[in-house]
Amino acid sequence: MWPVIRTVHYSLYKGSIIRPTREFVGLDNYKRLLTGDPAFLQTEWPAWSALFNSAVWVVLFTGGVIAMGLLVAVLTDKVRYERLPKVVVFMPIVISFTAASVVFRLVYATNPDIGLLNAARQALGLDPYAWLGEESTANLAIIVAGIWVWTSLAMTILAAAYKALPEEVHEAASIDGANSWQTFWRVSLPQMKGPLIVVAVTMIINALKAIDLVLVMTGGGPGFSSRIVGFTVYWEIFTNNKAGYGSAAAVVLLILMVPLMWWQMRQIRRAGVG
Amino acid sequence: MSAVAARDGVATEIPTTLAGRLTHVVTRSSVRVVVVVVALLWLIPSLGLLITSFRSRAASSQHGWWELWEGGFTLDNYDQVLNSSGLPPPGFADNFVNTVIISVPATIFPIAVAAVAAYAFAWLDFRCRDWIFLGVVTLMIVPLQVTWVPVLKIFNSLDLTGSFTGIWLAHTAYGLPFAIFLLRNFMAEIPRDLVESARVDGASNLRIFTTMILPLSMPAIASLGIFQFVWVWNDLMNAIVFLQTPEKFPLTVGIRNLLGQYGNEFNLLAAGTFISMVVPIIVFFTLQRFFVRGLTAGAVKG
Repeated sequence: MWPVIRTVHYSLYKGSIIRPTREFVGLDNYKRLLTGDPAFLQTEWPAWSALFNSAVWVVLFTGGVIAMGLLVAVLTDKVRYERLPKVVVFMPIVISFTAASVVFRLVYATNPDIGLLNAARQALGLDPYAWLGEESTANLAIIVAGIWVWTSLAMTILAAAYKALPEEVHEAASIDGANSWQTFWRVSLPQMKGPLIVVAVTMIINALKAIDLVLVMTGGGPGFSSRIVGFTVYWEIFTNNKAGYGSAAAVVLLILMVPLMWWQMRQIRRAGVG
Repeated sequence: MSAVAARDGVATEIPTTLAGRLTHVVTRSSVRVVVVVVALLWLIPSLGLLITSFRSRAASSQHGWWELWEGGFTLDNYDQVLNSSGLPPPGFADNFVNTVIISVPATIFPIAVAAVAAYAFAWLDFRCRDWIFLGVVTLMIVPLQVTWVPVLKIFNSLDLTGSFTGIWLAHTAYGLPFAIFLLRNFMAEIPRDLVESARVDGASNLRIFTTMILPLSMPAIASLGIFQFVWVWNDLMNAIVFLQTPEKFPLTVGIRNLLGQYGNEFNLLAAGTFISMVVPIIVFFTLQRFFVRGLTAGAVKG
């Protein structure tokens, strides 16, 4: 807890890592973050900047992970060789984000003789495209890598939940004439609400904390178009050596986390502690 | 109908009408197609990297890795990355050694501390116990980024920045909340009668902990240990922030150095990346069940 309080304290100063409290500036860091720093918050379209990108992460990353996790969990349940696809989807979580970044730098490589995606574009008669080198796609391309890594966890939790559903409900539904599509949307899914929310909260936390993929895949660039809040903290503190300003970004990150913390405390208390 | 049949594992109920049968066949085969497509989407990126790591520089820069027949295969990349990468010292082989030096204590320390703390939270009575536990658990969510400057300042004043002791401590501190959470929940499930009767027999807390709680908690400790080990092995940020000394950098930083040095020479990058992946992949395949349990315990049960 102590470091958290210190960080809030430092965010009111201008300073370096060695001397975080060089000069007291009050709330100036926050004012500048939220109104005067296009790398953090840009109001004009295209708005690719840290806070906006983090919001895109929360929506697309969380949504993507849940959709893919659910898809794999439910569909592999219906095929005979269930374990193999599951192991394949699970693997990325075992390797480091750094390794995953190299994997995707290869996939996205601009040279069509190296990168698979651009080879596909070439085969379709399109010009090569620098997925990580264009402001409009860099953030999205990293999010895809994030989904590739984290679908594993969503799949594992949701598959367990799906298998735990009572058989009778499905039988009753299909006797009533529901097809498997209807059964899934109206019967299975509502019963998996609990695990789905758990996965969603976990993934929102991951989206906000994310940093490694951005650091290794693009370094926040081109320009600042793929920065996210978690990355800005690192960048300002270590690359720019502005400990106070970076701490202010860290506090913004923490504030975004508060509802999730509150939710998690409530869950744990309900589970019988406290 | 098909849903019910498939959930039993084998397709027993085949519809009798022609239309029904057609729908059945189409549904089943489209499910298979989707599963295969998804599996390929997940496999192809890493497969590409694996193949690239065995190709010569010329082959990997002139022909996509999917053109397997071009250029042949070689182990030179692995040799070059490990022995003559031209990286600033210490080089990639030493990065590997550093990762081992960092990972082993950074797995053992937090588990040892967490086991004792978890016992206290589960079986001892003290004031505000549950509130303190809640506080600890909340810390699981606090982003690393929020703690960097203050922790660095403490490390600097104790001369820990840039030392292995420093990074062990950092990993221990950051790993503790989750470790305590997981172990406490496991230990709390141990039957009360068992602990109570040992207490009636006059066993001390130390005795109860070492002869009863610890052995019974081994499954949870194994899950946690494997999870923490893989997590630390794969860590990049703590190494960058707290180690700062190139001679002590782990593999993840080594890969970043390779990226800086070789940019688009994916044959070397791929070899380096795979060297870093070998240990986690072995751990995963031999101890899969424990790893999955450790990972999923992180998502709070709804």
